[in-house]
Amino acid sequence: MKEMVLLFAEFFKIGLFAVGGGPATLPFLMDLTEKYDWFSMEQLTNMVAISESTPGPLGLNMATYAGVQTIGVFGGLISTMGLVIPSIIVITIIAKFMEGFSENRFVKAAFYGIRPAVTALIAAAVFGICKVSLFAVSDGQLVPEIKTILLCVFIFGLLQIKKLSKIHPVLWILSAAVIGVVFRF
Amino acid sequence: MKEYMELFWVFLRIGGLTFGGGLSMLPMLKFELVEKKQWISEEELLDCYAIGQCTPGIIAVNTATYVGYKRKGIVGGVVSTLGMVVPSLLIITVIALFLEQFMDNKWLGHALKGVRAVVCALMLNTVVALAKKSFVSMFCVVWCALILVVAVCTNIPTILLVVLSGAAGILSVLYGERRKSR
Repeated sequence: MKEMVLLFAEFFKIGLFAVGGGPATLPFLMDLTEKYDWFSMEQLTNMVAISESTPGPLGLNMATYAGVQTIGVFGGLISTMGLVIPSIIVITIIAKFMEGFSENRFVKAAFYGIRPAVTALIAAAVFGICKVSLFAVSDGQLVPEIKTILLCVFIFGLLQIKKLSKIHPVLWILSAAVIGVVFRF
Repeated sequence: MKEYMELFWVFLRIGGLTFGGGLSMLPMLKFELVEKKQWISEEELLDCYAIGQCTPGIIAVNTATYVGYKRKGIVGGVVSTLGMVVPSLLIITVIALFLEQFMDNKWLGHALKGVRAVVCALMLNTVVALAKKSFVSMFCVVWCALILVVAVCTNIPTILLVVLSGAAGILSVLYGERRKSR
């Protein structure tokens, strides 16, 4: 029971403070890996992959996954509700009382500071994910996994080509799974 | 009642048929809400997006709540949001349970390692795209670098950094305006 309340509270906080949609939940989820033993960084990386390759908003998928990972089916329901309820409250208030909210001078000014910070927070979370995905830990030392790093660099390079960047993430993820099996990553 | 069902059904379809959420949902929202149902105009949809981006929470959920509220009040907002949530909840729960059972499988391990490599590449690409969009002034570049260092090197909670950044944004804009008016 206590676990459920905690799960709800943590995702409620994420819903209330993750500005910028799906990817912005990532730094918060990383905070959770440090604070609780609900899921590990490896599992978080799997969650991102699954969430990107299934329908539905990234943030919702991640919340459901994290909840199921933590306390099973019911956990998924709790974390998702926790994430969504702040949105319902905040947006209803804005829709009802604040005509021109996004044009408000102070809102705009606050976002002038929040936007670059969100970029930095997501970048920090992504570095964390890269660290556990591209390196193995043995005897407390980081050992680079050459095959994985090469594949990552290669695909990042391909993504910089305009035409290829339009290809859907699912296709990249599927082909990487095949490469992983064929070359025994 | 019929209208609530309709709201639920439309957002269920949008949630269940689009990948990625956020901006990748825009074409689908436009098709369903503006062209097919004519519930809102295209300008309203874009306004709604602007609000979705500068309020906390998942952008797709914010949009669903906003459109639902505008059509049928608070219950409309809740019903639309539920529609958006249900597909994720069902699909992901099944996958999460299923995947955990096969986690020890050797082949799945190989496949997931490959997948993690590509997730890193995709996320790094997201960061680059975000940086391009958010570096509109020297202040933004400096603030981004500062927060990056703080986030990597310290354990300060993310929430605090978001709140601080909002305050810094307001101060920086006010300071800029005062200097200009002098």
